[in-house]
Amino acid sequence: MAENRHQAAGLTDEQVLDMYYTMLLARKIDERMWLLNRAGKIPFVISCQGQEAAQVGAAFAFNRETDYACPYYRDMGVVLAFGMTAKDMMLSAFAKAEDPNSGGRQMPGHFGSRKHNILTGSSPVTTQVPHAVGLALAGRMDGKNPVVFTSFGEGSSNQGDFHEGANFAGVHKLPVIFFCENNKYAISVPITKQLACKSVADRAQGYGFPGVSIDGNDPIEVYKATKEAVDRGRRGEGPTLIEAVTYRLVPHSSDDDDRSYRSREEVEEAKKKDPILRFSVYLREVGLLTEEKEKELNEQAAREVDEATEYAENAPYPEPESALNHVYAE
Amino acid sequence: MAIISYIDAVTQALREEMQRDRRVFIMGEDVGVRGGVFRATNGLYEEFGEERVIDAPLAESAIAGVAIGAAAYGMRPVAEMQFADFIMPAVNQIVSEAAKMRYRSNNDWHCPLVIRAPYGGGVHGALYHSQSVEAMFNSTPGLKVVAPSTPYDVKGMLKAAIRDDDPVLFFEHKRCYRLIKGEVPESDYTVPLGKADIKREGEDITVISYGLTLHFALQAAEKLAEEGINAHVLDLRTLYPLDKESIVEAARKTGKVLIIHEDNKEGGVGGEVAAVIAEECLFDLDAPIKRLAGPDVPAMPYSPTLEKFFMLTPDKVMAAMRELAEF
Amino acid sequence: MATEVFMPQLGESVTEGTIAKWLVKPGDKVKKYEPLCEVTTDKVNAEVPSTLEGTVAELVAGEGDTLAVGDLICYIETEGGAAAAQAAAQPANTQETASEMPAAESPKTPVASARPSDAGGAAAKAAGKRYSPAVMRLAQENNIDLNQLEGTGKEGRITRKDVMSFIERSRTAAQPVPQAEPAIQAVSAQQRTATRQPTAAAEPERVPEPSVRPAVGTLEVSVYPGDTEIPVTSVRKTIANRMVQSKHDAPHAWTMVEVDMTNLVKLRNSLKDEFKAKEGFNLTFLPFFIKAVVESIKQFPIMNSVWAGDKIIMRKNINISIAVATDDALFVPVIKDADQKSIYGLARAVDELAAKTRQGKLSMDDMSGGTFTVNNTGSFGSVLSAPIINQPQAAIVSMESIVKRPVVIDDMIAIRDMANLCLSLDHRVLDGLVCGRFLQSVKQKLEAYGSHTSIY
Repeated sequence: MAENRHQAAGLTDEQVLDMYYTMLLARKIDERMWLLNRAGKIPFVISCQGQEAAQVGAAFAFNRETDYACPYYRDMGVVLAFGMTAKDMMLSAFAKAEDPNSGGRQMPGHFGSRKHNILTGSSPVTTQVPHAVGLALAGRMDGKNPVVFTSFGEGSSNQGDFHEGANFAGVHKLPVIFFCENNKYAISVPITKQLACKSVADRAQGYGFPGVSIDGNDPIEVYKATKEAVDRGRRGEGPTLIEAVTYRLVPHSSDDDDRSYRSREEVEEAKKKDPILRFSVYLREVGLLTEEKEKELNEQAAREVDEATEYAENAPYPEPESALNHVYAE
Repeated sequence: MAIISYIDAVTQALREEMQRDRRVFIMGEDVGVRGGVFRATNGLYEEFGEERVIDAPLAESAIAGVAIGAAAYGMRPVAEMQFADFIMPAVNQIVSEAAKMRYRSNNDWHCPLVIRAPYGGGVHGALYHSQSVEAMFNSTPGLKVVAPSTPYDVKGMLKAAIRDDDPVLFFEHKRCYRLIKGEVPESDYTVPLGKADIKREGEDITVISYGLTLHFALQAAEKLAEEGINAHVLDLRTLYPLDKESIVEAARKTGKVLIIHEDNKEGGVGGEVAAVIAEECLFDLDAPIKRLAGPDVPAMPYSPTLEKFFMLTPDKVMAAMRELAEF
Repeated sequence: MATEVFMPQLGESVTEGTIAKWLVKPGDKVKKYEPLCEVTTDKVNAEVPSTLEGTVAELVAGEGDTLAVGDLICYIETEGGAAAAQAAAQPANTQETASEMPAAESPKTPVASARPSDAGGAAAKAAGKRYSPAVMRLAQENNIDLNQLEGTGKEGRITRKDVMSFIERSRTAAQPVPQAEPAIQAVSAQQRTATRQPTAAAEPERVPEPSVRPAVGTLEVSVYPGDTEIPVTSVRKTIANRMVQSKHDAPHAWTMVEVDMTNLVKLRNSLKDEFKAKEGFNLTFLPFFIKAVVESIKQFPIMNSVWAGDKIIMRKNINISIAVATDDALFVPVIKDADQKSIYGLARAVDELAAKTRQGKLSMDDMSGGTFTVNNTGSFGSVLSAPIINQPQAAIVSMESIVKRPVVIDDMIAIRDMANLCLSLDHRVLDGLVCGRFLQSVKQKLEAYGSHTSIY
């Protein structure tokens, strides 16, 4: 019997199965979106495939009722963990009026939902980092002291906003988890051209708080590191920078062709280390996942995706004149 | 009623709002212990403490971005850019984020933020302490841009801006800080955003302005009245969105319009005001719509002769007003 | 000599300072840049340096006084006669406003006005005819002929204010001067002077203060001693504008025929007394004339048309406009559906309309809808007229005086009652042929009246 790593990390069996299902669901939604895009049904997909373990593992470390998240465009795993649904994702993909993120006003991947404490995001990268710091500052002033999650790619960690936000959080010791999903590519620019330092985690030192680099493809590892950081934050010890090293199994988006900048061999090699695959192996080893159970979960996820797709495809588009609404408070 | 300076009116507004609503807090460089390099936040650190008057690190994008996050949470931050010239690193946060937050989230989130910044010249500030930057933000739906001219207006509008549920860029002409004094009630009152104000009634020419040049126009109007020329002076107060109704009404009153601002002529808000008038008032115009503005050079230079060349003065304003009246 | 020392600008946005402490007293020698006093301001505490070398003469400001930047604080005596340069030079006001009045060159000063105009010629009226949209709109709305105004704007431009003042003055203009006015439409320039004199009974009042600028147009019209200026009433203005408009739009052509009215004269003479007794009003020649016209219109309906730009609209209803003159104005009420009336009916209609006109009781309905105009110019002695078409109609016909004349009938000379019928036509709509035929028809009908004619 394999070592029960999840219990050691403080996770119950139910929780890990929940994590597994969330990762699975994220993957299935993503796969369906690519299909729909290639079929000409939705104009744009921006993908999370390969990063599910990092996203879900981190998200589970928070109190998803009271903490806040400022994710970036790839974080479908994070927002599902924070309570959004497959239906929400599909409504966004089809840009329908009922889309909770933006009513169809933004591209997919621009998450936002007040009731799930997910701050609305935009396209200019890294702008969410100072926002996360602001949320934490406000939460402290308010006495509620939420811990705030913010994520970004390794490329985005070069933006001024990352450094300014991290510095501010460091000076004011705010409970912000700076979560870098290092998937080795910023569209086509590889990490060797992106970073002067060895690890993004090294940067934390400059801002006066700890930085750790972890295996982003192991959800339990990610959970453990993030939980530690969240607990630090709750104790008032300030921010943490976590670099989750992972890999992007698909191109940047449906508008990208990754054959022009990386080899098929590299991608195939990475697919062998697919985090969902790895996690299912672990779960089987600790007896939580049988062949039957796995089949059941897959079918459940597939059903959820099918229902979501059907619903979203048939949902109405926003009224044209509604484009004039909500510029200012009405 | 007390007569106080423009800057004291700013401080008064901030103090009253912070007393009234614990969600209001101030953030910026040197705003705390120093009380602001112009003393705009004088005394507030002592009264409200370092948690509510925050000396931020020297990082404009963070000042704006952190304030945006706090506003999204539900606070009412008043962030300061030390000089309007230094707002540039924060443009991304202001334009991409604050201005669009309500719209992009389909009204799920919004951003009740105020960003204050001193602007304008005449203080030997040279190229990077004298700029007028309002034109850059004057076509950003979701944002409100204001530039009050009088102590009464600045107190009322700052209070209104703080209570507004949308982001407001609040520009204060630094030369007005101590030069302009006026009656300001000690009571709680607001002046609505989005409304221009007739500062002087007249029948012969209409002058539309804001900021320091508004005062030049009023001064010139008094002198010209002795010559039998009566100017109708409209203070824009809010630069975006413009109070089109008041502009049209003021233009129709006399048919002769002179728009004055310190900002560069091409691309300045005067062009938008002129377009509104041209579109709505063709058959009421008795003269071409005129603009008197700063020259189209990158900024106001340092040497006194060069600064004087750039700046508008009561004499330059009066000459333009007289010329229009005589047309 | 004593030199003034002023409060300098001690910092960005500093506008005043308070003298905290004088560091010198009268009699002290100071070098340039040596501090004279300590000053406190909002932003900085500073010292005021001496701007020159000399001896302190007099301290003007006291300790504790607050002075504005540029105010005098003390005097310093310098050696020698040269005045030291000032630290803060007072800006010189070089504003010069040229407000001289050009001398009036015309022999008589024109009407009182707020600003003098460029007297002395049309040359200076470069901007005279460039009307702004506001000026054009106001002029149109108030039916103002801009040629009558003088501009007070740059280069003589007529400004919005000028038009507004003009409107104001017109509204408060003196009462219209009583003038005996002939039916204006029918009178040519010659005739006007000819007919006015005998009928101008009352001298026009000397208006003490003419409230209207002299008409300018393209000519300068000067006023000479002894001239009388008559203000133009709005009615006259309206008539004037309509006349101009009619002549401008419609190319007027003119033709006439002679009519032998002898039989009609006999007929009327035989009827008139009984008519007067029975109906209570006079039977004139006009209803007979209208009848003949109306019947001819039925034969030549094109006479009853209007020009509508891309089409000519031939009116079905025949509504005859008749000119009725009062003491001070001309009115043109309309007999609706004149073709449905008998001669008596027409006589009645004419009488009623004339009465209403004299009593000032004409309604809008009475005045509108006319399709053809008939003018009884003969009633004041005219034998030939060139009437101006009543827009938007296509033609106007006048019946001139009936005059006994020798004419040739069957190669013999006879004395007959003759009258001319004059037709002005809009040559866009009508031409000589149809008009000639029309007039012939009217002539025939008039000449056919006789003892057999029933007027009912």
